[in-house]
Amino acid sequence: MKKLPFKVWGLLPAHIIMALTLIIPIGIVIAVSFSTKGAYGGFDFIFTTQAYQKLLFSLGWTGELEFNPQYLIIIGRTLLLALLTTIICLLISFPTAYYIARRPSFQKTLLIYLVTLPFWVSMIVRVYGWLIILGNEGAIEKTLRFAGIAENIDSLLFNNGAMLIGMVYSYVPLMILPIFASIEKLDGSLLEASHDLYGNRITTLWKVIVPLTKPGMMAGAILVFLPCLGTVLEPTLLGGGKNMMMGNLISNQFGASRDWPFGAAIAVLLMSLVLISLTIQGIRAARSERREIV
Amino acid sequence: MSSSTHDVKRYPGIGAFTVLFFAFLYLPIGVIVLYSFNASRLVTVWDGFSLKWYVAALKNHNLINAVQVSLSVAVVATVIATTVALLAALVLVRARNVRYKRMSETIVNLPLLLPEIVLAVAVLIFFSQLGLSNGIVKLMIAHTTFCIPFAFLPIRARLQGMSTDVEEAAADLYATKFTAFRRVTLPLILPGVFSGATLAFVISMDDFITSNLLNSGGATTLPVYIFSLIRQGVTPELNAISTMIIGISLLLAGLAFLFQRRRY
Repeated sequence: MKKLPFKVWGLLPAHIIMALTLIIPIGIVIAVSFSTKGAYGGFDFIFTTQAYQKLLFSLGWTGELEFNPQYLIIIGRTLLLALLTTIICLLISFPTAYYIARRPSFQKTLLIYLVTLPFWVSMIVRVYGWLIILGNEGAIEKTLRFAGIAENIDSLLFNNGAMLIGMVYSYVPLMILPIFASIEKLDGSLLEASHDLYGNRITTLWKVIVPLTKPGMMAGAILVFLPCLGTVLEPTLLGGGKNMMMGNLISNQFGASRDWPFGAAIAVLLMSLVLISLTIQGIRAARSERREIV
Repeated sequence: MSSSTHDVKRYPGIGAFTVLFFAFLYLPIGVIVLYSFNASRLVTVWDGFSLKWYVAALKNHNLINAVQVSLSVAVVATVIATTVALLAALVLVRARNVRYKRMSETIVNLPLLLPEIVLAVAVLIFFSQLGLSNGIVKLMIAHTTFCIPFAFLPIRARLQGMSTDVEEAAADLYATKFTAFRRVTLPLILPGVFSGATLAFVISMDDFITSNLLNSGGATTLPVYIFSLIRQGVTPELNAISTMIIGISLLLAGLAFLFQRRRY
């Protein structure tokens, strides 16, 4: 037998692991999403589109299908919160990244290190911190009461706003890093040129800085938007049972309510949303690259 | 520093904004650390300084058990993922005429492209079909998969930034391929391997989504155990546990930072 060259066997372990634990299992997930729900949880491989029908319809009293928007609302909430998180992260990250990029070298290294530092701390611990801050008798409620601003405030937890704060908090460093990188690359003489041509700060910002740092913003947007679509911890801990997102809806199908085909169907839907976003971003990036060359 | 009111490079107020941003970033961490020293049983009622919750936490057997599960899963996943990623990076950066190079690279990075909850559902269903029931083995396999790209990317970056001259010199001096790798290439890319392994370890220790879905008797990891505590209600002991995790994480982050600076 001929000895396999390194360039072949070196890749084999990674590819075998990915095939066995990822590619084949995802194929099975797609198959399960078209299967029949088992009587005691699990599933039977009998073809049906029931799981996808459940996304839109529920079984009425008389056994016919009735339109039920409950899951559409969860999907809509997921998309909306992911989009809002991305926009808020962008608004927070741009000035912060700009400020950091204009600092002297040592401060720059230190501040960027401080931006990445929370990533070392367990995500669940950081989200738990917000639970204390926003919770009943929590830090914010007490401050408001102490200051006499509000006597009785509704709980700040378990609503869309709490989830939004948690998501912005968790993912904002992923937006700062690429924007910082693109601002740092910015040629200072272009800003001086804008000044020489009587551009004020606003004009310089809109006509020079923003267009030149757009690739960084796009990269940051995709880095924040995609994990937000599949996020589980923030909706589970900060959203409560009434404000679900796709991530914890999927998770629940394999625990409490146990509808595996339905869980698989939402997982397939989530995966499709992510792949569509990645494709759109890929096409946009390729197009702007071509424009730069021309 | 020269500053004129018309300097278009300076935007007033963004310094203050940045300070607020960092306050936001460190607020939850600070709140947990502060309340962990609270003597009162009620989390938000301050009743003097105390270390009793730390003592209680260190005597908690479930906690120690969860730490042991997390550590053993993370060590196994890190060792396998880093080795596999190193081999893949050597082929993808160094070998010539590799067929389907772009596709191979996408396959190695696949766990980064898909939402983790989808991967978790996929391995859950797959393991149930295989009839695999050992909780810890399931976690080790699943963690290895999603750790591979995190180990791969820093190693690849290090290899790409390195010239092949020294390796060619080693070959000219009649070093075998393996000797050249062991004595020349490996020491040079060690910082990349170290970064990759650290990242894989942290990602595995921190994982909640997969570990929670695969959670079964005896295989509860630290984040999943903390989740179960949060579900039972906010307690000062939980704050003490969280503070210890924060302390250890920041210590590791500091060590990694110092190690990197010295190496590069």
